[in-house]
Amino acid sequence: MEKISYTCIVCPKSCKGELIVKDNNEFETSGYICKRGIEYAINEYRSPKRMLTTTVKMLNGTFSNLPVVSDNEVDKDKLFACLNYLYSTKLEAPIKEGDIIVANILNTGVNIIAARDMKIKS
Amino acid sequence: MKKLNIDLIIIGGGPAGMAAATQANDNGLEKVLIIERDCELGGILQQCIHDGFGLISFKERLTGGQYAQRYINQVEAKGIQVKLNTMVLEITSDKKVYAVNEEDGLLEISAKAIILAMGCRERTRAQVFINGARPAGVFTAGAVQRYINMEGFLPGKKAVILGSGDIGLIMARRMTLEGIKVEGVYEIMKTEGGLTRNIEQCLNDYGIVLNLSTTITKIHGNKRVEGVTVSQVDASMKPIEGTDRYIECDMVVLSVGLIPENELSKNVGIELDSLTKGPIVDENMMTSIPGVFAAGNVVAVFDLVDYVSQTGVIAAKGAMKYINGTLDLTNTYISVNSGENVSVLIPQKIRKSNLDNKQDFFLRVREENEKMKLETEWSDKLVQAGKFSMVKPPEMIHITLGEKELAQFTDEDICFHMRKES
Ligand SMILES: Cc1cc2nc3c(=O)[nH]c(=O)nc-3n(C[C@H](O)[C@H](O)[C@H](O)COP(=O)(O)OP(=O)(O)OC[C@H]3O[C@@H](n4cnc5c(N)ncnc54)[C@H](O)[C@@H]3O)c2cc1C
Ligand code: SF4
Repeated sequence: MEKISYTCIVCPKSCKGELIVKDNNEFETSGYICKRGIEYAINEYRSPKRMLTTTVKMLNGTFSNLPVVSDNEVDKDKLFACLNYLYSTKLEAPIKEGDIIVANILNTGVNIIAARDMKIKS
Repeated sequence: MKKLNIDLIIIGGGPAGMAAATQANDNGLEKVLIIERDCELGGILQQCIHDGFGLISFKERLTGGQYAQRYINQVEAKGIQVKLNTMVLEITSDKKVYAVNEEDGLLEISAKAIILAMGCRERTRAQVFINGARPAGVFTAGAVQRYINMEGFLPGKKAVILGSGDIGLIMARRMTLEGIKVEGVYEIMKTEGGLTRNIEQCLNDYGIVLNLSTTITKIHGNKRVEGVTVSQVDASMKPIEGTDRYIECDMVVLSVGLIPENELSKNVGIELDSLTKGPIVDENMMTSIPGVFAAGNVVAVFDLVDYVSQTGVIAAKGAMKYINGTLDLTNTYISVNSGENVSVLIPQKIRKSNLDNKQDFFLRVREENEKMKLETEWSDKLVQAGKFSMVKPPEMIHITLGEKELAQFTDEDICFHMRKES
Protein backbone atom coordinates (compact mmCIF):
# COMPACT_ATOMS: atom_id res chain seq x y z
CA MET A 1 0.00 0.00 0.00
CA GLU A 2 1.17 3.49 -0.86
CA LYS A 3 -0.22 6.83 0.35
CA ILE A 4 0.52 10.07 -1.56
CA SER A 5 -0.73 13.65 -0.99
CA TYR A 6 -1.76 15.70 -4.00
CA THR A 7 -3.24 19.21 -4.03
CA CYS A 8 -5.90 19.42 -6.71
CA ILE A 9 -5.27 22.32 -9.10
CA VAL A 10 -8.51 22.11 -11.06
CA CYS A 11 -10.41 24.86 -9.26
CA PRO A 12 -9.64 27.60 -6.71
CA LYS A 13 -10.78 25.43 -3.80
CA SER A 14 -7.39 23.70 -4.09
CA CYS A 15 -8.44 20.59 -2.11
CA LYS A 16 -5.56 18.92 -0.29
CA GLY A 17 -6.28 15.23 -0.62
CA GLU A 18 -4.65 11.83 -0.47
CA LEU A 19 -4.43 8.97 -2.89
CA ILE A 20 -4.07 5.46 -1.53
CA VAL A 21 -2.75 2.88 -3.96
CA LYS A 22 -3.74 -0.50 -2.61
CA ASP A 23 -1.69 -3.65 -3.12
CA ASN A 24 -4.13 -4.89 -5.76
CA ASN A 25 -3.49 -1.56 -7.60
CA GLU A 26 -6.92 -0.18 -6.85
CA PHE A 27 -7.24 3.44 -5.78
CA GLU A 28 -8.86 5.06 -2.82
CA THR A 29 -8.97 8.81 -2.22
CA SER A 30 -9.87 11.16 0.57
CA GLY A 31 -10.15 14.92 0.83
CA TYR A 32 -11.36 15.78 -2.66
CA ILE A 33 -14.75 17.47 -2.74
CA CYS A 34 -15.63 16.46 -6.28
CA LYS A 35 -14.77 13.79 -8.82
CA ARG A 36 -12.49 16.07 -10.83
CA GLY A 37 -10.14 15.95 -7.85
CA ILE A 38 -10.17 12.16 -7.76
CA GLU A 39 -9.40 12.05 -11.47
CA TYR A 40 -6.63 14.59 -10.97
CA ALA A 41 -4.96 12.57 -8.20
CA ILE A 42 -5.06 9.33 -10.19
CA ASN A 43 -3.59 11.13 -13.21
CA GLU A 44 -0.85 12.69 -11.08
CA TYR A 45 0.09 9.19 -9.96
CA ARG A 46 -0.06 7.54 -13.37
CA SER A 47 1.23 10.32 -15.62
CA PRO A 48 0.90 13.97 -14.72
CA LYS A 49 -0.63 16.19 -17.38
CA ARG A 50 -0.95 19.95 -17.71
CA MET A 51 -2.68 22.39 -20.00
CA LEU A 52 -0.21 24.19 -22.25
CA THR A 53 -0.61 27.93 -22.61
CA THR A 54 1.94 30.15 -24.32
CA THR A 55 2.25 32.68 -27.13
CA VAL A 56 3.36 32.33 -30.75
CA LYS A 57 4.99 35.06 -32.83
CA MET A 58 2.77 36.93 -35.30
CA LEU A 59 4.18 38.39 -38.51
CA ASN A 60 1.44 40.92 -39.28
CA GLY A 61 -1.01 40.93 -36.37
CA THR A 62 -2.34 43.83 -34.31
CA PHE A 63 -0.14 42.41 -31.54
CA SER A 64 3.25 40.78 -31.96
CA ASN A 65 2.15 37.62 -30.13
CA LEU A 66 -0.87 35.33 -30.31
CA PRO A 67 -1.89 33.45 -27.14
CA VAL A 68 -2.47 29.74 -27.78
CA VAL A 69 -3.75 26.87 -25.65
CA SER A 70 -3.85 23.09 -25.93
CA ASP A 71 -7.30 21.59 -26.56
CA ASN A 72 -6.52 18.93 -23.98
CA GLU A 73 -3.88 18.26 -21.35
CA VAL A 74 -0.35 17.38 -22.44
CA ASP A 75 2.02 14.99 -20.63
CA LYS A 76 4.01 17.15 -18.23
CA ASP A 77 7.35 15.79 -19.44
CA LYS A 78 6.55 16.82 -23.02
CA LEU A 79 5.69 20.43 -22.12
CA PHE A 80 9.09 21.94 -22.84
CA ALA A 81 9.48 20.07 -26.15
CA CYS A 82 6.08 21.39 -27.25
CA LEU A 83 6.99 24.92 -26.15
CA ASN A 84 10.23 24.83 -28.11
CA TYR A 85 8.37 23.68 -31.18
CA LEU A 86 5.93 26.57 -30.81
CA TYR A 87 8.74 29.10 -30.33
CA SER A 88 10.04 28.24 -33.78
CA THR A 89 6.61 28.85 -35.35
CA LYS A 90 5.53 32.13 -36.98
CA LEU A 91 1.93 32.94 -37.88
CA GLU A 92 0.07 35.18 -40.28
CA ALA A 93 -3.11 37.14 -39.44
CA PRO A 94 -6.07 37.01 -39.67
CA ILE A 95 -6.72 34.26 -37.13
CA LYS A 96 -9.96 33.29 -35.43
CA GLU A 97 -10.21 31.98 -31.87
CA GLY A 98 -10.31 28.20 -32.03
CA ASP A 99 -8.28 27.93 -35.27
CA ILE A 100 -5.88 25.00 -35.11
CA ILE A 101 -2.34 26.36 -34.98
CA VAL A 102 -0.56 23.00 -34.70
CA ALA A 103 -2.47 19.74 -35.12
CA ASN A 104 -1.35 16.76 -33.02
CA ILE A 105 1.72 18.54 -31.69
CA LEU A 106 4.73 16.20 -31.48
CA ASN A 107 2.38 13.22 -31.75
CA THR A 108 0.82 13.89 -28.36
CA GLY A 109 -2.68 13.64 -29.82
CA VAL A 110 -3.31 17.21 -28.65
CA ASN A 111 -4.01 20.21 -30.89
CA ILE A 112 -2.76 23.71 -30.19
CA ILE A 113 -5.47 26.29 -30.89
CA ALA A 114 -5.68 30.08 -31.07
CA ALA A 115 -6.95 31.56 -27.79
CA ARG A 116 -8.28 34.78 -29.36
CA ASP A 117 -8.97 36.48 -32.69
CA MET A 118 -6.07 38.34 -34.27
CA LYS A 119 -6.65 40.89 -37.00
CA ILE A 120 -4.20 42.14 -39.59
CA LYS A 121 -2.24 45.19 -38.49
CA SER A 122 -3.49 48.18 -40.43
CA MET B 1 -16.95 70.18 -28.10
CA LYS B 2 -18.97 67.30 -29.51
CA LYS B 3 -22.12 66.44 -27.50
CA LEU B 4 -23.96 63.12 -27.40
CA ASN B 5 -26.99 61.69 -25.63
CA ILE B 6 -26.89 58.06 -24.55
CA ASP B 7 -29.14 55.96 -22.30
CA LEU B 8 -26.43 53.95 -20.58
CA ILE B 9 -22.69 54.67 -20.60
CA ILE B 10 -20.36 51.92 -19.47
CA ILE B 11 -16.85 53.04 -18.58
CA GLY B 12 -14.39 50.21 -19.23
CA GLY B 13 -14.61 47.36 -21.75
CA GLY B 14 -13.32 44.49 -19.59
CA PRO B 15 -15.44 41.51 -18.57
CA ALA B 16 -17.56 43.60 -16.15
CA GLY B 17 -18.34 46.26 -18.75
CA MET B 18 -19.06 43.75 -21.53
CA ALA B 19 -21.38 41.65 -19.31
CA ALA B 20 -23.26 44.82 -18.35
CA ALA B 21 -23.55 45.96 -21.97
CA THR B 22 -24.86 42.64 -23.29
CA GLN B 23 -27.35 42.37 -20.41
CA ALA B 24 -28.68 45.90 -21.05
CA ASN B 25 -29.00 45.07 -24.75
CA ASP B 26 -30.84 41.82 -23.97
CA ASN B 27 -33.27 43.83 -21.84
CA GLY B 28 -34.07 45.99 -24.86
CA LEU B 29 -32.04 49.10 -24.10
CA GLU B 30 -30.88 50.53 -27.43
CA LYS B 31 -28.56 53.40 -26.72
CA VAL B 32 -25.74 51.69 -24.83
CA LEU B 33 -22.16 52.86 -25.21
CA ILE B 34 -18.97 51.23 -23.93
CA ILE B 35 -16.02 53.60 -23.56
CA GLU B 36 -12.60 51.91 -23.45
CA ARG B 37 -9.21 53.62 -23.30
CA ASP B 38 -7.32 50.65 -24.79
CA CYS B 39 -7.26 49.76 -28.51
CA GLU B 40 -9.53 46.74 -28.00
CA LEU B 41 -12.15 45.24 -25.70
CA GLY B 42 -11.29 42.59 -23.11
CA GLY B 43 -9.53 44.54 -20.37
CA ILE B 44 -6.89 42.76 -18.32
CA LEU B 45 -8.07 39.37 -19.61
CA GLN B 46 -6.17 39.89 -22.87
CA GLN B 47 -2.85 39.62 -21.07
CA CYS B 48 -3.93 36.60 -18.98
CA ILE B 49 -2.98 33.80 -21.36
CA HIS B 50 -3.17 31.08 -18.69
CA ASP B 51 -6.27 28.94 -18.24
CA GLY B 52 -8.70 28.68 -15.34
CA PHE B 53 -11.28 31.31 -16.29
CA GLY B 54 -14.99 30.62 -16.67
CA LEU B 55 -15.29 27.49 -14.50
CA ILE B 56 -18.60 28.75 -13.12
CA SER B 57 -20.17 30.54 -16.10
CA PHE B 58 -19.13 28.19 -18.88
CA LYS B 59 -18.12 25.04 -16.91
CA GLU B 60 -14.85 25.13 -18.85
CA ARG B 61 -11.27 26.05 -18.13
CA LEU B 62 -10.80 28.92 -20.54
CA THR B 63 -7.82 31.22 -20.93
CA GLY B 64 -8.37 34.93 -20.27
CA GLY B 65 -8.45 35.66 -23.99
CA GLN B 66 -10.94 32.88 -24.72
CA TYR B 67 -13.24 34.14 -21.97
CA ALA B 68 -13.00 37.70 -23.30
CA GLN B 69 -13.57 36.57 -26.88
CA ARG B 70 -16.96 35.06 -25.98
CA TYR B 71 -18.15 38.44 -24.71
CA ILE B 72 -16.49 40.42 -27.53
CA ASN B 73 -18.32 38.24 -30.07
CA GLN B 74 -21.62 38.97 -28.30
CA VAL B 75 -20.96 42.72 -28.15
CA GLU B 76 -20.19 42.70 -31.88
CA ALA B 77 -23.13 40.47 -32.83
CA LYS B 78 -25.58 42.68 -30.93
CA GLY B 79 -24.14 45.80 -32.56
CA ILE B 80 -23.45 47.49 -29.23
CA GLN B 81 -21.74 50.85 -29.70
CA VAL B 82 -18.10 50.96 -28.55
CA LYS B 83 -15.62 53.83 -28.48
CA LEU B 84 -12.07 52.48 -28.29
CA ASN B 85 -8.91 54.51 -27.64
CA THR B 86 -11.16 56.81 -25.63
CA MET B 87 -10.27 57.92 -22.12
CA VAL B 88 -12.90 59.09 -19.66
CA LEU B 89 -11.55 62.12 -17.82
CA GLU B 90 -14.43 63.08 -15.59
CA ILE B 91 -17.97 62.19 -14.64
CA THR B 92 -20.42 64.54 -12.94
CA SER B 93 -23.20 63.83 -10.47
CA ASP B 94 -25.80 64.88 -13.07
CA LYS B 95 -24.43 62.02 -15.21
CA LYS B 96 -22.38 63.78 -17.82
CA VAL B 97 -19.27 61.99 -18.98
CA TYR B 98 -16.27 63.85 -20.37
CA ALA B 99 -14.01 61.75 -22.55
CA VAL B 100 -11.30 62.32 -25.12
CA ASN B 101 -9.98 60.55 -28.20
CA GLU B 102 -8.07 61.46 -31.34
CA GLU B 103 -11.05 61.32 -33.68
CA ASP B 104 -13.69 63.24 -31.72
CA GLY B 105 -11.45 65.38 -29.53
CA LEU B 106 -13.22 66.24 -26.29
CA LEU B 107 -16.64 64.66 -25.89
CA GLU B 108 -19.50 65.55 -23.55
CA ILE B 109 -21.91 62.66 -23.27
CA SER B 110 -25.12 62.96 -21.27
CA ALA B 111 -26.44 59.69 -19.93
CA LYS B 112 -29.52 58.49 -18.10
CA ALA B 113 -27.34 56.04 -16.15
CA ILE B 114 -23.64 55.20 -15.86
CA ILE B 115 -21.89 51.94 -14.97
CA LEU B 116 -18.33 52.24 -13.69
CA ALA B 117 -16.29 49.23 -14.83
CA MET B 118 -12.71 50.53 -14.77
CA GLY B 119 -11.23 47.46 -13.09
CA CYS B 120 -8.30 47.53 -10.70
CA ARG B 121 -4.63 48.33 -10.81
CA GLU B 122 -1.58 46.93 -9.12
CA ARG B 123 0.02 48.32 -6.02
CA THR B 124 3.44 49.67 -6.86
CA ARG B 125 6.75 50.15 -5.11
CA ALA B 126 5.56 53.48 -3.72
CA GLN B 127 2.96 51.55 -1.71
CA VAL B 128 5.46 49.02 -0.33
CA PHE B 129 8.46 50.49 1.33
CA ILE B 130 11.82 49.28 -0.03
CA ASN B 131 15.17 51.02 0.48
CA GLY B 132 17.72 51.67 -2.23
CA ALA B 133 18.19 53.67 -5.40
CA ARG B 134 15.57 53.71 -8.14
CA PRO B 135 17.22 51.57 -10.83
CA ALA B 136 15.47 50.21 -13.91
CA GLY B 137 14.33 46.61 -13.64
CA VAL B 138 11.64 46.94 -10.95
CA PHE B 139 8.30 45.95 -12.47
CA THR B 140 4.83 45.05 -11.32
CA ALA B 141 3.84 41.47 -12.21
CA GLY B 142 1.11 42.81 -14.49
CA ALA B 143 3.59 44.91 -16.46
CA VAL B 144 5.82 41.86 -16.98
CA GLN B 145 2.70 39.93 -18.03
CA ARG B 146 1.89 42.52 -20.68
CA TYR B 147 5.50 42.74 -21.97
CA ILE B 148 5.88 38.98 -22.37
CA ASN B 149 2.37 37.94 -23.42
CA MET B 150 1.27 40.79 -25.64
CA GLU B 151 4.28 42.74 -26.74
CA GLY B 152 6.55 39.74 -27.02
CA PHE B 153 9.74 40.78 -25.27
CA LEU B 154 11.56 39.60 -22.17
CA PRO B 155 12.36 42.36 -19.68
CA GLY B 156 15.29 40.54 -17.97
CA LYS B 157 17.22 37.33 -17.33
CA LYS B 158 17.03 36.61 -13.63
CA ALA B 159 14.12 37.61 -11.42
CA VAL B 160 13.23 37.83 -7.76
CA ILE B 161 9.51 38.07 -6.99
CA LEU B 162 8.28 40.08 -4.01
CA GLY B 163 4.85 39.05 -2.76
CA SER B 164 2.96 35.83 -3.34
CA GLY B 165 -0.22 37.17 -4.93
CA ASP B 166 -1.72 35.12 -7.74
CA ILE B 167 -0.42 37.27 -10.59
CA GLY B 168 3.12 36.95 -9.23
CA LEU B 169 2.79 33.16 -8.98
CA ILE B 170 1.43 32.91 -12.50
CA MET B 171 4.27 35.08 -13.75
CA ALA B 172 6.83 32.90 -11.92
CA ARG B 173 5.75 30.02 -14.15
CA ARG B 174 5.45 32.15 -17.26
CA MET B 175 8.94 33.62 -16.85
CA THR B 176 10.40 30.16 -16.23
CA LEU B 177 8.80 28.81 -19.42
CA GLU B 178 10.22 31.80 -21.32
CA GLY B 179 13.74 31.17 -20.04
CA ILE B 180 13.93 33.84 -17.32
CA LYS B 181 15.44 32.30 -14.19
CA VAL B 182 13.18 32.86 -11.18
CA GLU B 183 15.40 32.81 -8.09
CA GLY B 184 12.53 32.68 -5.62
CA VAL B 185 9.37 34.27 -4.27
CA TYR B 186 9.62 36.31 -1.07
CA GLU B 187 6.55 36.93 1.07
CA ILE B 188 6.61 39.10 4.19
CA MET B 189 3.51 37.45 5.68
CA LYS B 190 3.65 34.02 7.27
CA THR B 191 1.05 32.65 4.88
CA GLU B 192 0.94 32.75 1.09
CA GLY B 193 -1.17 35.44 -0.61
CA GLY B 194 -2.30 33.43 -3.62
CA LEU B 195 -4.38 30.32 -4.10
CA THR B 196 -2.88 26.95 -3.15
CA ARG B 197 -3.47 25.64 -6.68
CA ASN B 198 -1.18 28.36 -8.01
CA ILE B 199 1.55 27.54 -5.45
CA GLU B 200 1.24 23.95 -6.68
CA GLN B 201 1.14 24.40 -10.44
CA CYS B 202 3.26 27.55 -10.77
CA LEU B 203 5.97 27.10 -8.13
CA ASN B 204 6.14 23.43 -7.05
CA ASP B 205 5.89 22.15 -10.64
CA TYR B 206 9.06 24.09 -11.51
CA GLY B 207 10.95 23.81 -8.23
CA ILE B 208 10.63 27.52 -7.42
CA VAL B 209 11.01 28.20 -3.70
CA LEU B 210 8.49 30.27 -1.74
CA ASN B 211 10.15 31.99 1.24
CA LEU B 212 7.56 33.03 3.82
CA SER B 213 8.16 35.68 6.52
CA THR B 214 10.92 37.07 4.30
CA THR B 215 11.14 40.37 2.47
CA ILE B 216 13.40 42.47 0.29
CA THR B 217 15.15 45.05 2.45
CA LYS B 218 17.29 46.69 -0.24
CA ILE B 219 17.49 46.89 -3.99
CA HIS B 220 21.06 47.24 -5.33
CA GLY B 221 22.22 48.86 -8.57
CA ASN B 222 22.27 52.39 -9.95
CA LYS B 223 21.15 52.32 -13.56
CA ARG B 224 19.86 48.76 -13.60
CA VAL B 225 18.96 46.33 -10.79
CA GLU B 226 22.06 44.26 -9.90
CA GLY B 227 20.71 42.39 -6.90
CA VAL B 228 18.61 42.52 -3.77
CA THR B 229 19.10 41.90 -0.07
CA VAL B 230 16.45 39.73 1.53
CA SER B 231 15.87 39.21 5.25
CA GLN B 232 13.60 37.10 7.36
CA VAL B 233 11.17 39.08 9.48
CA ASP B 234 9.86 38.58 13.00
CA ALA B 235 6.23 38.55 14.13
CA SER B 236 6.08 42.35 13.95
CA MET B 237 7.52 42.20 10.41
CA LYS B 238 10.86 43.74 11.38
CA PRO B 239 13.92 42.26 9.65
CA ILE B 240 15.79 39.80 11.88
CA GLU B 241 19.45 40.70 12.19
CA GLY B 242 21.89 38.20 10.73
CA THR B 243 19.36 36.60 8.39
CA ASP B 244 20.12 38.90 5.43
CA ARG B 245 21.30 37.42 2.17
CA TYR B 246 22.39 39.00 -1.11
CA ILE B 247 20.86 37.69 -4.35
CA GLU B 248 22.08 38.64 -7.77
CA CYS B 249 19.27 39.46 -10.23
CA ASP B 250 18.37 42.00 -12.92
CA MET B 251 14.62 42.08 -12.26
CA VAL B 252 12.46 42.65 -9.20
CA VAL B 253 8.86 41.70 -9.83
CA LEU B 254 6.25 43.09 -7.44
CA SER B 255 3.11 41.10 -6.73
CA VAL B 256 1.81 42.95 -3.75
CA GLY B 257 -1.88 43.20 -4.44
CA LEU B 258 -4.49 45.02 -6.44
CA ILE B 259 -6.58 48.08 -5.66
CA PRO B 260 -9.77 49.24 -7.40
CA GLU B 261 -9.22 52.04 -9.92
CA ASN B 262 -11.26 54.88 -8.47
CA GLU B 263 -9.90 58.26 -9.55
CA LEU B 264 -13.15 59.04 -11.40
CA SER B 265 -15.30 57.85 -8.50
CA LYS B 266 -13.34 59.90 -5.94
CA ASN B 267 -13.48 63.08 -7.99
CA VAL B 268 -17.25 62.99 -8.29
CA GLY B 269 -17.60 62.32 -4.57
CA ILE B 270 -18.79 58.72 -4.61
CA GLU B 271 -18.61 57.22 -1.14
CA LEU B 272 -15.85 54.59 -0.91
CA ASP B 273 -15.49 51.64 1.47
CA SER B 274 -12.25 51.59 3.46
CA LEU B 275 -12.08 47.78 3.30
CA THR B 276 -12.82 47.14 -0.38
CA LYS B 277 -11.26 50.47 -1.51
CA GLY B 278 -14.11 50.66 -4.01
CA PRO B 279 -17.50 52.39 -4.03
CA ILE B 280 -20.06 51.39 -1.42
CA VAL B 281 -22.80 49.67 -3.44
CA ASP B 282 -26.35 48.56 -2.78
CA GLU B 283 -28.38 45.52 -3.87
CA ASN B 284 -28.33 46.72 -7.49
CA MET B 285 -24.64 47.70 -7.43
CA MET B 286 -25.71 51.36 -7.29
CA THR B 287 -23.18 53.74 -5.71
CA SER B 288 -23.98 56.66 -3.41
CA ILE B 289 -24.88 58.74 -6.49
CA PRO B 290 -28.31 57.66 -7.81
CA GLY B 291 -28.04 56.36 -11.37
CA VAL B 292 -24.30 55.68 -11.12
CA PHE B 293 -23.62 51.96 -10.77
CA ALA B 294 -20.37 50.00 -10.45
CA ALA B 295 -19.36 46.47 -11.46
CA GLY B 296 -16.35 44.19 -11.40
CA ASN B 297 -12.99 44.91 -9.88
CA VAL B 298 -13.65 48.62 -9.56
CA VAL B 299 -15.95 47.65 -6.66
CA ALA B 300 -13.63 45.17 -4.93
CA VAL B 301 -11.01 42.75 -6.12
CA PHE B 302 -13.05 39.67 -7.04
CA ASP B 303 -10.67 36.84 -7.77
CA LEU B 304 -12.94 35.00 -10.15
CA VAL B 305 -13.82 36.62 -13.43
CA ASP B 306 -17.17 34.79 -13.27
CA TYR B 307 -18.11 36.93 -10.27
CA VAL B 308 -16.94 40.02 -12.13
CA SER B 309 -19.32 39.23 -14.99
CA GLN B 310 -22.15 38.47 -12.55
CA THR B 311 -21.84 41.91 -10.97
CA GLY B 312 -21.95 43.43 -14.46
CA VAL B 313 -25.30 41.74 -15.02
CA ILE B 314 -26.65 42.91 -11.66
CA ALA B 315 -25.56 46.51 -12.35
CA ALA B 316 -27.13 46.47 -15.83
CA LYS B 317 -30.45 45.21 -14.47
CA GLY B 318 -30.34 47.91 -11.81
CA ALA B 319 -29.52 50.59 -14.37
CA MET B 320 -32.50 49.45 -16.49
CA LYS B 321 -34.84 49.81 -13.51
CA TYR B 322 -33.37 53.21 -12.72
CA ILE B 323 -33.89 54.38 -16.31
CA ASN B 324 -37.46 53.00 -16.35
CA GLY B 325 -38.22 54.68 -13.02
CA THR B 326 -39.00 51.41 -11.25
CA LEU B 327 -36.15 51.56 -8.74
CA ASP B 328 -37.11 52.74 -5.26
CA LEU B 329 -34.76 55.62 -4.38
CA THR B 330 -36.42 56.91 -1.24
CA ASN B 331 -36.76 54.16 1.36
CA THR B 332 -33.97 54.03 3.92
CA TYR B 333 -31.21 51.50 3.47
CA ILE B 334 -30.60 48.55 5.75
CA SER B 335 -26.87 48.35 6.27
CA VAL B 336 -25.09 45.03 5.76
CA ASN B 337 -22.15 44.67 8.14
CA SER B 338 -19.09 42.44 8.46
CA GLY B 339 -19.15 40.51 11.73
CA GLU B 340 -16.93 37.75 13.10
CA ASN B 341 -14.21 36.60 10.68
CA VAL B 342 -15.67 38.55 7.76
CA SER B 343 -13.68 41.31 6.06
CA VAL B 344 -14.82 42.50 2.63
CA LEU B 345 -18.58 42.27 2.10
CA ILE B 346 -20.64 43.31 -0.92
CA PRO B 347 -23.24 44.82 -1.10
CA GLN B 348 -22.76 47.04 1.92
CA LYS B 349 -26.41 48.12 2.04
CA ILE B 350 -29.78 47.05 0.68
CA ARG B 351 -33.23 48.52 0.18
CA LYS B 352 -35.77 45.85 1.03
CA SER B 353 -38.26 47.31 -1.43
CA ASN B 354 -35.79 46.72 -4.30
CA LEU B 355 -34.98 43.09 -3.53
CA ASP B 356 -35.91 40.57 -6.19
CA ASN B 357 -36.58 36.95 -5.39
CA LYS B 358 -32.86 36.45 -4.79
CA GLN B 359 -29.86 38.47 -3.69
CA ASP B 360 -26.15 37.74 -4.18
CA PHE B 361 -23.57 38.48 -1.50
CA PHE B 362 -19.78 38.33 -1.92
CA LEU B 363 -17.43 38.21 1.04
CA ARG B 364 -13.96 37.31 2.24
CA VAL B 365 -12.89 35.85 5.58
CA ARG B 366 -10.13 37.30 7.71
CA GLU B 367 -8.67 33.97 8.76
CA GLU B 368 -8.39 30.50 7.33
CA ASN B 369 -10.45 27.85 9.10
CA GLU B 370 -12.18 24.50 8.58
CA LYS B 371 -15.81 23.39 9.03
CA MET B 372 -17.44 26.81 9.13
CA LYS B 373 -20.96 28.13 8.86
CA LEU B 374 -22.05 31.54 7.63
CA GLU B 375 -24.71 33.19 9.76
CA THR B 376 -26.80 36.28 9.16
CA GLU B 377 -27.88 38.12 12.25
CA TRP B 378 -30.42 40.91 12.67
CA SER B 379 -32.45 42.16 15.64
CA ASP B 380 -32.74 38.98 17.71
CA LYS B 381 -32.58 36.53 14.83
CA LEU B 382 -29.77 34.27 13.69
CA VAL B 383 -30.13 32.36 10.43
CA GLN B 384 -27.64 30.00 8.82
CA ALA B 385 -26.81 31.08 5.26
CA GLY B 386 -24.28 28.47 4.23
CA LYS B 387 -21.78 25.79 5.26
CA PHE B 388 -18.14 25.59 4.21
CA SER B 389 -15.67 22.76 4.64
CA MET B 390 -12.81 25.28 4.31
CA VAL B 391 -12.55 29.08 4.18
CA LYS B 392 -9.43 31.05 3.19
CA PRO B 393 -8.79 34.78 2.79
CA PRO B 394 -7.59 34.52 -0.86
CA GLU B 395 -10.83 32.84 -1.89
CA MET B 396 -13.90 35.01 -2.25
CA ILE B 397 -17.16 33.45 -1.07
CA HIS B 398 -20.37 33.88 -3.02
CA ILE B 399 -23.78 33.11 -1.58
CA THR B 400 -27.27 33.70 -2.88
CA LEU B 401 -30.14 34.22 -0.48
CA GLY B 402 -33.54 33.19 -1.80
CA GLU B 403 -37.03 34.61 -1.41
CA LYS B 404 -37.74 32.71 1.80
CA GLU B 405 -34.65 34.03 3.56
CA LEU B 406 -35.03 37.57 2.24
CA ALA B 407 -38.68 37.76 3.36
CA GLN B 408 -37.55 37.34 6.98
CA PHE B 409 -35.43 40.51 6.98
CA THR B 410 -36.88 43.34 9.06
CA ASP B 411 -35.77 46.97 8.88
CA GLU B 412 -32.86 46.24 11.21
CA ASP B 413 -29.25 46.18 10.05
CA ILE B 414 -27.86 42.79 9.03
CA CYS B 415 -24.57 41.32 10.13
CA PHE B 416 -22.70 38.37 8.56
CA HIS B 417 -20.57 36.08 10.76
CA MET B 418 -18.35 33.19 9.71
CA ARG B 419 -18.34 30.86 12.69
CA LYS B 420 -17.11 27.41 13.58
CA GLU B 421 -19.73 24.72 13.13
CA SER B 422 -20.57 23.40 16.56
C1 LIG C 1 -2.25 42.67 -13.96
C2 LIG C 1 -3.49 41.92 -13.58
C3 LIG C 1 -3.55 40.54 -13.78
C4 LIG C 1 -4.67 39.81 -13.41
N1 LIG C 1 -4.67 38.45 -13.56
C5 LIG C 1 -5.79 37.76 -13.21
C6 LIG C 1 -5.84 36.35 -13.37
O1 LIG C 1 -4.86 35.75 -13.78
N2 LIG C 1 -6.97 35.68 -13.06
C7 LIG C 1 -8.08 36.34 -12.57
O2 LIG C 1 -9.12 35.70 -12.34
N3 LIG C 1 -8.05 37.66 -12.39
C8 LIG C 1 -6.93 38.37 -12.69
N4 LIG C 1 -6.88 39.71 -12.47
C9 LIG C 1 -8.06 40.33 -11.93
C10 LIG C 1 -8.86 40.80 -13.14
O3 LIG C 1 -8.77 42.19 -13.13
C11 LIG C 1 -10.29 40.32 -13.16
O4 LIG C 1 -10.38 38.92 -13.18
C12 LIG C 1 -11.10 40.88 -14.33
O5 LIG C 1 -10.37 40.97 -15.51
C13 LIG C 1 -11.64 42.19 -13.92
O6 LIG C 1 -12.55 42.66 -14.88
P1 LIG C 1 -13.03 44.14 -14.91
O7 LIG C 1 -13.91 44.26 -16.10
O8 LIG C 1 -13.56 44.53 -13.60
O9 LIG C 1 -11.69 45.01 -15.10
P2 LIG C 1 -10.58 45.05 -16.30
O10 LIG C 1 -10.45 43.77 -16.99
O11 LIG C 1 -9.37 45.63 -15.67
O12 LIG C 1 -11.20 46.10 -17.28
C14 LIG C 1 -11.29 47.48 -17.00
C15 LIG C 1 -11.21 48.24 -18.29
O13 LIG C 1 -11.50 49.60 -18.05
C16 LIG C 1 -10.66 50.40 -18.83
N5 LIG C 1 -10.57 51.72 -18.20
C17 LIG C 1 -10.11 52.03 -16.96
N6 LIG C 1 -10.19 53.35 -16.73
C18 LIG C 1 -10.71 53.90 -17.85
C19 LIG C 1 -11.02 55.25 -18.23
N7 LIG C 1 -10.83 56.27 -17.40
N8 LIG C 1 -11.54 55.45 -19.46
C20 LIG C 1 -11.76 54.42 -20.32
N9 LIG C 1 -11.49 53.14 -20.00
C21 LIG C 1 -10.96 52.88 -18.79
C22 LIG C 1 -9.36 49.65 -18.84
O14 LIG C 1 -8.56 50.00 -19.95
C23 LIG C 1 -9.83 48.21 -18.92
O15 LIG C 1 -9.92 47.72 -20.22
C24 LIG C 1 -5.78 40.47 -12.84
C25 LIG C 1 -5.72 41.85 -12.65
C26 LIG C 1 -4.60 42.59 -12.98
C27 LIG C 1 -4.56 44.08 -12.75
S1 SF4 D 1 -11.44 18.35 -5.91
FE1 SF4 D 1 -13.03 19.45 -7.01
S2 SF4 D 1 -13.55 21.12 -5.58
FE2 SF4 D 1 -11.57 20.32 -4.88
S3 SF4 D 1 -10.03 21.61 -5.94
FE3 SF4 D 1 -10.39 19.82 -7.23
S4 SF4 D 1 -11.94 20.48 -8.70
FE4 SF4 D 1 -11.99 21.93 -7.00
